[in-house]
Amino acid sequence: MADDTSPEGPADAAAGEPTAVPDVAAEASAEPVALDEAHQDLLARLEAALGDAIVETGVAVHDLVVRVRRDAWRQAGEACRRDLDCDYLSFIAGIDWLPTPRVAGDDAAGDTSSPVQPTEQTPGIAGSDGRFQVFAVVGSTARHWWLTLKTDLDEADPRVESWVPVYPGADWHERECWEMYGIVFDGHPSLRHIYLPAEFEGFPLRKDFPLLAREVKPWPGLVDVEGMPGEAPGAAEEVATT
Amino acid sequence: MTTTNPTLPGPGGLPEFEVDPALYRHLADAQVNVELDTGDMILNLGPQHPATHGTLRLVVRLDGERVVAADPVIGYMHRGYEKLTEVRTYPQITTLINRIDWLSSFANEVPFVAAAEELMGIEAPPRALQIRLVLTELSRIATFLLFLGEMGLQVGAITPAFYGFRDREYVLNLIEAVTGGRFHPNFNRIGGLKDDLPWGWLNDTRHTMEKVLDSCDTFETLVADNPIFEKRTRSIGIIPAELGAAYGVSGSNLRACGVDWDLRRDGRAFLPYSDLEWKVWTHPDGDSFARYWVRLQETRESARMVLQALDGLASGPVMAKVPRIIKVPEGENWVSCENPLGEMGYYVVSKGATGPFRVKIRSASFSNVSILPWLLRGVYVPDVITILGSLYFILGDIDR
Repeated sequence: MADDTSPEGPADAAAGEPTAVPDVAAEASAEPVALDEAHQDLLARLEAALGDAIVETGVAVHDLVVRVRRDAWRQAGEACRRDLDCDYLSFIAGIDWLPTPRVAGDDAAGDTSSPVQPTEQTPGIAGSDGRFQVFAVVGSTARHWWLTLKTDLDEADPRVESWVPVYPGADWHERECWEMYGIVFDGHPSLRHIYLPAEFEGFPLRKDFPLLAREVKPWPGLVDVEGMPGEAPGAAEEVATT
Repeated sequence: MTTTNPTLPGPGGLPEFEVDPALYRHLADAQVNVELDTGDMILNLGPQHPATHGTLRLVVRLDGERVVAADPVIGYMHRGYEKLTEVRTYPQITTLINRIDWLSSFANEVPFVAAAEELMGIEAPPRALQIRLVLTELSRIATFLLFLGEMGLQVGAITPAFYGFRDREYVLNLIEAVTGGRFHPNFNRIGGLKDDLPWGWLNDTRHTMEKVLDSCDTFETLVADNPIFEKRTRSIGIIPAELGAAYGVSGSNLRACGVDWDLRRDGRAFLPYSDLEWKVWTHPDGDSFARYWVRLQETRESARMVLQALDGLASGPVMAKVPRIIKVPEGENWVSCENPLGEMGYYVVSKGATGPFRVKIRSASFSNVSILPWLLRGVYVPDVITILGSLYFILGDIDR
């Protein structure tokens, strides 16, 4: 039965010495955030475990978002699992903060059938430094809380420590992240393609990777949108569709 | 002989959990006495296999009848939805995410729409939320009825599958009557729903829910109480609760390991589940049988929830006032909900445009299946099929 199993989780096996903290002064969460009691407790526990490895914190609608230093990424995962009761790994994913390039054929002047993203790079919740970030959501099945962790990567050589020894479920998520963004996870047992064929070149979810379907056949735009009943013909082109 | 989960050179990094040898006793009994020279053999299950619900390929290395290592090969249905969401507007995206888990499309739409609504500060009217709840539960019932029937098929019983398909049809008819689509409703709008319920639908639904409760009894006597079914599923494919959670296994699969965690009750309350009286079902065993049993109880529970929700349906509009151009303010939001298959979530990053900057789609089956390399080691080949069937995944939900 389930409770007959050994209590030693992978976290205990891998919980080594915390990585040496360099002298660079990372500012500890100075930004005041509106948090409820459970999340304040969560943040206090995380601060106790990670100290000045926390770069910045923020709130995304309801959830706490914590950005940690890159060298403390695995340590943060271990702290979540050990000190925060976060036994559940929801996902690990990457993000490319480069502004979305204009897609060929996507002439957005007045065309609301295709989104137009801002052209300047803005940081996300809890900030971002540079182009690539890895973020993960962990949760607690007993305490019912969620936590989003982020860390910045080096653009020229995006790599970070793997979470596989902490959460075994990180295996596939990190393979996907490597395949889609080219982010290398040090210590991952077999970083290989998961969705795409082994000979695939390029990293499709990077913002500068062209969406070939749009290159080959331009987006038709608003041509197929009918006007709402009672509207003058052509009014649909001026206002949006639903 | 002792038949613990053997320590094998897997892909590496897989944690070892001791499983009580007594649980495997009947496996040892079934072992053939003759010593044959059995070198390792590679067996390809799929990509086209009746047990895989789509195109999952499973490469298993066998030592005799035993699985030494298993490597699921996915991606045959990868459609790149995360890339496509970056060139779509919010209303267009519900069309895409309908096709992630195609057995319960309506339940896929709800968390995404809720994420956008929360970022925009829009609240859907109470009636819309209640209808969303009812349709989500109907999707769950349709999904689980198919499972309850198909699981019989995985162990060689053909009859339950016909019952499963027949009863699911009743529920799909209800969904079709409201939304116009059997599989891909595309019925949610940011701020509410496309339409109200059709006339006479409430009574039809009440009758159908009685039928569903009846057919759950049928499945209980026909499948769950069947000694052959129990022999094929009891103590097969045991997931330890702690390991399951660390792998991200969720939903009924995790509740079958004894974890009392249901996002309908414990997650963020964007559907009015707290207005209903219902129970979260768990089973302590964590084996294939427990997964069947939990889903059977949850089907009943969902039918009762639908009946309750129909009685308490509020009147009023089903659509809030929203601008015609949907622009979501800059921000990030993580919303996940209890999909029939497990935790389905969207991490939406918005830059204030008419479409999202990035959407991370967290689908349940992807994480549920990622435990297979650990789970399949040491089991017999026929049990591979029952374990795959009992985990219950949809390939569109793995590959996205």
